[in-house]
Amino acid sequence: MQEQPELLIKPGMGAIHYWKDIWRYRELFFFLAWRDILVRYKQTAIGIAWSVIRPLATMLVFTVVFGTLAKLPSNGVPYPIMVYAAMLPWQFFANSLTESSNSLIDNANLLTKVYFPRLIVPAGSVLVGLVDFFISMVILVIIMAWYHFVPDFRMLLLPLFLILAFLASFGAGLWFSALNVKYRDFRYVVPFLVQFGLYISPVGFSSSIVPEKWRMLYFLNPMVGVIDGFRWAIMGDAFPVYWPGLALSTSLTLLIFIGGLFYFRNMERSFADVI
Amino acid sequence: MSTVITIENLGKKYTLHHQQRDQYTALRDVITNGVRNFSKKILTPFTRFPSPLSASQEDFWSLKDVSFEVKQGDRIGIIGRNGAGKSTLLKILSRITEPTTGSVRIKGRVASLLEVGTGFHPELTGRENIFLNGAILGMGRAEIKKKFNEIVDFAEIEKFLDTPVKRYSSGMYVRLAFAVAAHLEPDILIVDEVLAVGDAQFQKKCLGKMEDVGREGRTVLFVSHNMSAIRSFCAGVVVLDKGSVCFSGSSNQGIDIYLKDTMVSFTDIDLNDFARYGDYGKILHIRRISFNYGKEVYHGKPLNVQIEFECFADVEGVSIGAGFCNRDGVRILSFDSDIPGNRRSFKKGNIGKATFSMPELLLEPNTYSLDVGSRSNDNFGLEYMPQCGNITVLPSEKTPSVIAMRESGRGGVRVPTAWNFTVLGA
Repeated sequence: MQEQPELLIKPGMGAIHYWKDIWRYRELFFFLAWRDILVRYKQTAIGIAWSVIRPLATMLVFTVVFGTLAKLPSNGVPYPIMVYAAMLPWQFFANSLTESSNSLIDNANLLTKVYFPRLIVPAGSVLVGLVDFFISMVILVIIMAWYHFVPDFRMLLLPLFLILAFLASFGAGLWFSALNVKYRDFRYVVPFLVQFGLYISPVGFSSSIVPEKWRMLYFLNPMVGVIDGFRWAIMGDAFPVYWPGLALSTSLTLLIFIGGLFYFRNMERSFADVI
Repeated sequence: MSTVITIENLGKKYTLHHQQRDQYTALRDVITNGVRNFSKKILTPFTRFPSPLSASQEDFWSLKDVSFEVKQGDRIGIIGRNGAGKSTLLKILSRITEPTTGSVRIKGRVASLLEVGTGFHPELTGRENIFLNGAILGMGRAEIKKKFNEIVDFAEIEKFLDTPVKRYSSGMYVRLAFAVAAHLEPDILIVDEVLAVGDAQFQKKCLGKMEDVGREGRTVLFVSHNMSAIRSFCAGVVVLDKGSVCFSGSSNQGIDIYLKDTMVSFTDIDLNDFARYGDYGKILHIRRISFNYGKEVYHGKPLNVQIEFECFADVEGVSIGAGFCNRDGVRILSFDSDIPGNRRSFKKGNIGKATFSMPELLLEPNTYSLDVGSRSNDNFGLEYMPQCGNITVLPSEKTPSVIAMRESGRGGVRVPTAWNFTVLGA
């Protein structure tokens, strides 16, 4: 029998091997995400097409309402592309946040019966959102081909903004999932926030229509930075980035993410007792 | 043999919230309480107010000062009454919840089985669930693949591998779930009462599998209320009572202590708080049933039963009955006051006591679950409490020695018979 590493269980600890444990449980992490993807479209007739139809329909409505009826500017770019470029990160954020904030409660039976680093539960939900993101991305490529729209080298910077979107989604997801365990109020707060956020974020319109003096304030919404970044990377100079604003959004995102990580780790110990 | 689990002064405190219905708090309460406190502090800054929550809070030690050691290859049973802290102990050992005090040292890979089929998803197929459940229990993908066929064989579900488990019969579901768990290869296996599910044959199969696990030199911690399973499977037991270890040693001795301990309080049953269905207990309410004045109940010895009740309305033609059921839930023995001419009427507010006795209890030594009920004139059910208690019948000098030795028979009635032996032939 080989000498086994000793595991010590004491009050207020468990943090020592935490990150190593996350690595050890990486397979479970993928399995949970895999399960969520598999389950989501079981017993549906058109299955995965739903993850395409939703952003596509929203894009059409926004194009008609903001572009055709309200005649908001799109800086010379086809309105559908402008909307869809923002729809991508927004849908990713909204789906990940909704799913991850409920993820711990939905998996309550696991939390009370098995040990694993709880962090992988909301992370798994964000991973599922990421899969949807890449499916929707294909649609963007098709729309761009339709309009004969060719992006430039800035497209290569898109992954950076995707990382930013990921941090924002995961950070907010950590906060809300942990809060949700203790205060079920957040089950109602999150859908409201997501619905609300769609209109206060520059999804259906360009952030350039926001008056200059409110510009900095507008970037307090981290998704404004992400969306503007996406537009700039995809459509180039038509949507110049307001760099101080982006810096503000980025630092807020980092703050939310790191704060969320700490809050989650702090609350994690009592999850099984409280849930 | 080296020590693989060392538990020292382990304690776990829960805070009970008396008024709140749910475990989780509503943000509203936190905010209103906070505002109330804050405004009180502003209005009268020099008085100390107790927190409004403290009145409704109470500390409860689910485990207190628990210490024991487990050696490699030991098969230890953990027994105790409901609420003795068994499940809390297992939860701490499997790292689901943190202890409040003390420490645990564990050497080796631990797998805990606190529930059969944890994480099974009803929409997924049997095949998908094997992988998912395996991962949840701590198996790697490669490991599951290697054992996949073995698991399917054990569960006997080849034909339904690609059917969603929501369409499985409950038996298939349990078999599949246990099959996955049974193929874990941890150094230490922690099992909580999982054998309470499934039919007798399946339970036997599970116990056999666990014995195999034990034979391979693995350490097993096993919680069960099934004393015969503990006796046959575990060499040692730890008896928990109200969160503390009250015995740790050989299983025969431990089970004796546990049974003796549970006896005294278990034969005097307070039924006031029993959760009744519908309108049962609204007209006539049975408050308590006690056997032999709360002392032990023996096979072959006199039994005295007292039932206390209260009437909330005028009621006519009352009869009261009780019954013993064996482990499979089958009624073995019934008592009823419904004898022609023996029905009684009571007025609203009456508090009464019904008693009966018999010279000799014919039930074999075993643990039986108790049903208590009452009917009125038109045989309208006044009170019905199935499985409202467990009565353990102990052996006496009238018990056949083979049963007395095992302390429990198959469960049933032993009718006194007069035997006559003759020697035939030359």
